[in-house]
Amino acid sequence: MAKQLIKGNEAIVKGAILAGCRAFYGYPITPASEIAEAAAFYFPQAGGVFLQAESEVAAINMVYGAAAAGVRVMTGSSGPGISLMQEGISYLAGAELPCVVADIMRGGPGLGNIAPEQGDYHQVVKGGGHGNYRTLVLAPSSVQEMADLTHLAFELAEEYRNPVVVLADGYIGQMMEPVEFPAEAAAPHRLSWAVEGTAETRHNLITSILLEPDLLEAHVRALEAKYRRAEREAVRFESWRTEDAEIVLVGYGIVARVLKAVVEQARARGLAVGLLRPITLYPFPVAEVRRLCRRAAAFLVVEMSTGQLVEDVRLAVEGRRPVEFYSRTGGNVPSAEETLDFVQETADRHSQMAVPEGQLAYG
Amino acid sequence: MASYTVAHGKAKCFYDHYERKADLQHQTHYCPGCGHGIVHKLIAGTIDALGIQDRTVLISPVGCSVFAYYYLDVGNIQVAHGRAPAVATAVKRSRPESIVISYQGDGDLAAIGTAEIVHAANRGENFTVIFINNAIYGMTGGQMAPTTLLGQKSTTTPFGRNVWNEGYPLKVCELLASLTGPVYIERVALGDNKQIMRAQRAVRRAIEIQTQGLGFSLVEILSPCPTIWKMNPVEAQHWVKEEMTKTFPLGVFRDRTKEAERRPAPAHAPPLAEIPRILGIANGASRRAAAAAPLNDAEPRDLRIKVAGFGGQGVLLLGQVLAEAGLDAGLEVSWLPSYGPEMRSGTSNCHVRLSARPIDSPLVSRPNVLLALNEPSLRKFLPTVEPGGWVFYNGTALAEDCHREDVQILVRPFTKMADELGETRAGNIVMLGALLESTGVLSEQHVNGALRRLVKSERWLEINRLALAAGREAARKGNGHEK
Amino acid sequence: MSGNPKPDRGLVKLDSDECKGCGLCVEACPPKVLHLADHLNPYGYHPAAYTGAGCTGCGICFYVCPEPGAITVFRLVEQKAEPKSEELMPAAA
Repeated sequence: MAKQLIKGNEAIVKGAILAGCRAFYGYPITPASEIAEAAAFYFPQAGGVFLQAESEVAAINMVYGAAAAGVRVMTGSSGPGISLMQEGISYLAGAELPCVVADIMRGGPGLGNIAPEQGDYHQVVKGGGHGNYRTLVLAPSSVQEMADLTHLAFELAEEYRNPVVVLADGYIGQMMEPVEFPAEAAAPHRLSWAVEGTAETRHNLITSILLEPDLLEAHVRALEAKYRRAEREAVRFESWRTEDAEIVLVGYGIVARVLKAVVEQARARGLAVGLLRPITLYPFPVAEVRRLCRRAAAFLVVEMSTGQLVEDVRLAVEGRRPVEFYSRTGGNVPSAEETLDFVQETADRHSQMAVPEGQLAYG
Repeated sequence: MASYTVAHGKAKCFYDHYERKADLQHQTHYCPGCGHGIVHKLIAGTIDALGIQDRTVLISPVGCSVFAYYYLDVGNIQVAHGRAPAVATAVKRSRPESIVISYQGDGDLAAIGTAEIVHAANRGENFTVIFINNAIYGMTGGQMAPTTLLGQKSTTTPFGRNVWNEGYPLKVCELLASLTGPVYIERVALGDNKQIMRAQRAVRRAIEIQTQGLGFSLVEILSPCPTIWKMNPVEAQHWVKEEMTKTFPLGVFRDRTKEAERRPAPAHAPPLAEIPRILGIANGASRRAAAAAPLNDAEPRDLRIKVAGFGGQGVLLLGQVLAEAGLDAGLEVSWLPSYGPEMRSGTSNCHVRLSARPIDSPLVSRPNVLLALNEPSLRKFLPTVEPGGWVFYNGTALAEDCHREDVQILVRPFTKMADELGETRAGNIVMLGALLESTGVLSEQHVNGALRRLVKSERWLEINRLALAAGREAARKGNGHEK
Repeated sequence: MSGNPKPDRGLVKLDSDECKGCGLCVEACPPKVLHLADHLNPYGYHPAAYTGAGCTGCGICFYVCPEPGAITVFRLVEQKAEPKSEELMPAAA
């Protein structure tokens, strides 16, 4: 298939329509606005609905309405808008409605700035809204993945009847790379549980309220079981040059791209460095982290936040290995050069450490 | 012989037994004398009369009526506090044949959901809102509502609503009637049987308007809440009639059913096979990379380009032309902009990579080509250029402190040369011409192909052709390496 | 039920299990033929009851009643065609 040079934000929209998404409700915000703009252009032509809502609060509730009516639906925003959507995302999860939310992260807290950051990790990966629920979170690190993972997000959303977030930073949203799209578009299809305003669906009920403690507990346990299943079945990651890695870099989004360059440069210096790139941030690739613990002397998490992803890595490592952390924020992206310096420092610090299975740390 | 036939009985669209209710499945959960039950009956009667039970979707947000789905045998969606109009908007647009009823209380509609109701009304969404105004928060135990009357006591206005603290009761019908979008707005009451019959007609009218596709309709119903008001049901009914109507006069506030146009039906969806073409990704719409004609062999296989200048100098476009041409040439490419306000003023830059190998980081922190369209950009990025790299600078001379011996620097007044072509903004393309000529990267064919895709107007294509030629010419003059 | 030579124009049936004794129907009934019973229903309410005669079939009690199925109002019809079974009940009960 032919490749097309497009922006990450536009790739999300094309990927969504090819996945059978026919409704977009959103509110503009930098650096995610191209999503709404592309949606306004393509959705009506594809026989879908585009509506610019009065707020992110309204937008996510429109998403709730379309999802309840059985239409593949999405929205796109950035940190401040995602904060406003959290109430609705909790309701979507509680009512078990599928939808896709794209979060193109910018600097925070508060108004912060519009430069790329990764400070939404906690609010997206850990739930964000009220109650016992999770969102499945996919983290593209290329424009191709913006399209591919958006498509996957719709499949997962329906399989698990749960909101799925495509979590990218401003750079992945704004940059252009060649993208290859599938040749055929997926057909929208009916969902038996939806409320369509028809005789067949008249008895269907979409709700998240269960006043009786026992009923709500049963519901929460059912949601929990669903998340446990996702943890078994939906984990995705890229483990790159980790076979012999003694330092495992961990990062996602634009950072993972920089880390690939760092791996190359580190190896040119003779350092055995690899990269673990979680593609699903929830469910987190816990088993892979533990597998890498057998060989690695240390993990080095690099993030454009003051330490959010690093917590999940530490939870997965469970103290088996040191987990180092390097971060830039405010819109600064860690450069390959400065990160390499930190890798070297880490290597020097840990070169004295005992290495599993008697192997030399850095040959 | 005479016999009796049912004249008024339980509507068919009520469930016989309320099985979704945990217990007492033969009666509602509402308090004795509550207006919700009466309004449910008005809605149910209308649904039966219009024969729309299968098509109806009832939206019930937070409030005592959140459990309307216990009773009404229609499609039911329970939603967040205040957001029913947003949900209803999307349900109706997703299923235009459905009849959507948003059933909201005063806290829901007139406080937390004010934005949603105003905008849904303003868009003229084709659904019906039944707005229950009982001047109090019932479900949460009697706090002030936006519609609580002046002087009325509630648990959060223990001394009575005070205009200097809480302001005036919000008049929703009057407010929404000021908008152009709504088709029908009426306020009715449940203060006695005559008022209830009037309410029945209003509810039916509002839903009929929706079935006719005319647009937004809302019926506000002044409704008793005896328990929270601490009155018996008969006193409460009287209070609706005698007290509430003083603040909230009854009547039709808007009726443009005669002149309202039927909302156009949504356009037919195109056949699925058309989708790739619509998205511009069908074969032929996007291009296959030409048989790989990579970079000139003499040139580096990995170009890390930084383009920088002022907003408006065509920085981002210049980068995009390079990336598009690189893609045509069969290379791996990436283009990453500095974005945001600096696009509109101030400095702007972008990172472009062209490589024969997959691109790891699209960020260019150590460029081997710098295209500096102004002096601040040169000063900022010259130190980052890799030894042996190329620098193109849009100026007449290098400042004393801007020299480097280990890179090739070409200084030309590219913008001035564009001026001579009659178009200042083509300075970026003049610089591109110089880059192509000096480095030999990318063929003319690929660059022209990229320009044709990115530049739509014939006039600009011609300007760009001249600009490229001028740039090449400028690069040929002199050895390209200046101090 | 009554010794009237002519049957009442209407008839009202009250489901005392569904009734919450709010009294709105009693208040609204034009011929004043409804009252709250002395006894309590299983939920502790005095349910509304029909005195047994004088109903005009106007339906006002039905509309003011907040319960969907607590009140059913019947109207006397001169039977012309075949009875529509379940909707009909004999005029002289």
